[in-house]
Amino acid sequence: MNVLVYLVPMALLLGLTGLAAFLWSLSNGQYDDVEGAALRILDNDDIEAPERPAKR
Amino acid sequence: MAETLDLSVFVKRTGELAHMDLAVEGVGCAGCIRKIETGLKQLPGVVDARLNFTNRRLAVDWRPAELEASAVVDALERIGYHAHPFEPQRAESDEAVTARALLKALAVAGFAAMNIMLLSVSVWSGNVSDMTQETRDFFHWLSALIALPAATYAGQPFFHSAWRALRTRALNMDVPISLGVLLALGMSLYETATHAQHAYFDSAVMLLFFLLCGRYLEHAMRQRTRAVAGNLAALKAEVAHRFDAGGEVVMVPAAALAPGDRLLVRPGERVPADGMVISGASAIDESLVTGETVPRKVTAGATIYTGSLNHSGALTMRVTAAGSGTLLDEVERLLEKAASARSRYLRLSDRAARLYAPLVHATAALTLLGWLVAGASIHDSIITAIAVLIITCPCALALAIPTVQVVASGALFRSGVILNTGDAVERLAEADTVIFDKTGTLTLPEPRVENVEVFEPELLEQAARLALTSRHPLAQALAREARLRAPIAGAVEEPGQGVRALIDGSEARLGSAAFCGASDAPDLQADVSSIVFTHAGRRAVFAIKQRLRADAATVVRALAAAGLDVRILSGDRASAVAPVAAALGVTNWLGGLKPADKIAAIEALKRDGRRVLMVGDGLNDAPALASAHISMSPISAAHIAQTHADAVFLGERLMPVLQAVSTARRARRLMQQNLWLAVIYNAIAVPIAIAGLVTPLIAAAAMSGSSILVTLNALRVRGRAPATREPAP
Repeated sequence: MNVLVYLVPMALLLGLTGLAAFLWSLSNGQYDDVEGAALRILDNDDIEAPERPAKR
Repeated sequence: MAETLDLSVFVKRTGELAHMDLAVEGVGCAGCIRKIETGLKQLPGVVDARLNFTNRRLAVDWRPAELEASAVVDALERIGYHAHPFEPQRAESDEAVTARALLKALAVAGFAAMNIMLLSVSVWSGNVSDMTQETRDFFHWLSALIALPAATYAGQPFFHSAWRALRTRALNMDVPISLGVLLALGMSLYETATHAQHAYFDSAVMLLFFLLCGRYLEHAMRQRTRAVAGNLAALKAEVAHRFDAGGEVVMVPAAALAPGDRLLVRPGERVPADGMVISGASAIDESLVTGETVPRKVTAGATIYTGSLNHSGALTMRVTAAGSGTLLDEVERLLEKAASARSRYLRLSDRAARLYAPLVHATAALTLLGWLVAGASIHDSIITAIAVLIITCPCALALAIPTVQVVASGALFRSGVILNTGDAVERLAEADTVIFDKTGTLTLPEPRVENVEVFEPELLEQAARLALTSRHPLAQALAREARLRAPIAGAVEEPGQGVRALIDGSEARLGSAAFCGASDAPDLQADVSSIVFTHAGRRAVFAIKQRLRADAATVVRALAAAGLDVRILSGDRASAVAPVAAALGVTNWLGGLKPADKIAAIEALKRDGRRVLMVGDGLNDAPALASAHISMSPISAAHIAQTHADAVFLGERLMPVLQAVSTARRARRLMQQNLWLAVIYNAIAVPIAIAGLVTPLIAAAAMSGSSILVTLNALRVRGRAPATREPAP
């Protein structure tokens, strides 16, 4: 059972990392506009318009 | 637009950059985000533009040296969106801070609860198999290490609220919650130190987690409705034409006006602030102020109020603060009195807490004494008594009401009702008398053409299209009938008289009877205004008056069928109220009331033990709205009325009032059901605790079981009927 001595703290550490990540994302404003984020992905703003093949 | 809007009050400067928040109308799809953001970024000087799709607000940063604030609004207008800058309300930003703190506490409690549960399940299974004493102690100490800091942080909302209540010698639901959590932690710590089998760290933290879920949801819902209300207020905001020091007219937002400013009010515009007429003469429609439907003639020296509609002539006015003896002064005085007289409503949950807390604490004390008398050791007696406190900790009870409230206000939001106050649902359910104001509440806020059917469609269309040119309120009512919204080319407006244009080679005129050469037109009733149209020898006299909301009669009948006593209290003349009351089948009505009379009527009903729902929109209704048990306003209402109403409803129909009442009643029934579920849970769990048979496993199962049960029951508020109303903007 000695394996618990480092396995349990490790599990806790991993959990804490997740919590810290969530708290960071919260204070970073990641949840301020949830609906908008879902729609922004549909936007092709990384493809510049002139690069599209010209119409035949 | 020749004039530019001065928006400097809304602009915040930080160093080189200027920042402005705007509420944007008509944002509905993914394309809008791109259109607005790229459109604005093309403007010279704009550094950043970001649209928040969730609350339909746009944040713009730009270099003020290169760009005017009004250019941003104009650019949005060109792209096709109507936007208005707004000042974030203090209450709204406070709410956002609290919501964020609650979410953080929820995350911490969730993390702690899951990890402690992991350890606890190991201990529970270890206790019935081969776990050694050392391993169990190690797990208990680890749980303590997680639980103590987590509970200290996540429990703050409850500890603070309980402390505030205790300091004022009151009891709320947070007192037994805090006591239960603290005792559970303390006892577990002691038990861990003495190598005992059971510790309750998981119960304490899980309790906090469930309660924080309920509290966060409640907050998030309130925040959402408040954001929508804020947007609606910003989009409604009026602009004023102010004379600057040089005598030139500048457009400014009404929010930027100060007493002493001189303003120009043109025909067809609403008066943007309270004040006194300096020069000019006109007739103004004060239906939003007093409920009176016949326009009042004003000349220099007359007092005019925000929201009145200027009919015929341009006025110059000076903005004044409420002077003594004016209507506004009376309304403010009455409001102060009404607000202080309104006894603080005791919420259902607080009432339950008052009954519950002493009962629980007495039971725990009796358990302690009982076991001592029965010969148990002091240690065992105390442990059993604390177990009673833990198991009765009002998890289900504290969730029973907020969850119903969240689901109910969500359902109301979808049917077009925005709640201003947290306990509106409970009070709405108690209403047994409904008092309607007439003008703007039972009737539509804008007048409509009454006799559309008697004219040939082609004649009506020509008149309506000609009316599109004019800003006069009567012409605008006629213009609403136009199917093709294209004004007739070459139309010329004669100020204060009418519009003329050439149609098919002959002159057409629209305006007053004299302007159209039709002074022999029949006289109409006092509250009916007329506008005359002549063209090629044909003549039409359009009767324009306030029309009832389309579903007013249906709603009034349904309210009466639901057991409510429906009455009308109006500031308009009795002769104008009578036909409305007759059309709606309301026998109990009064007209010609002053604000003080309305309050007196409500007070009299209150003394009879009635709980009054007041529905009104005018400045004169504001005190009555504040003194009624619960109040509602249409979105078209005067600002002061809206801020004193508990709920605001959207759209042209009256149906939201009925829906609000029925949803609130269903919600109240479910709240009571939920309270009974909590009582049944306690009736089963408490004897087990008193008998000293509660293990941490039983405590955890009982708590989560009852919490989930009341939450699921709360979801039934939504009912089976689908939401039929259009979603709120």
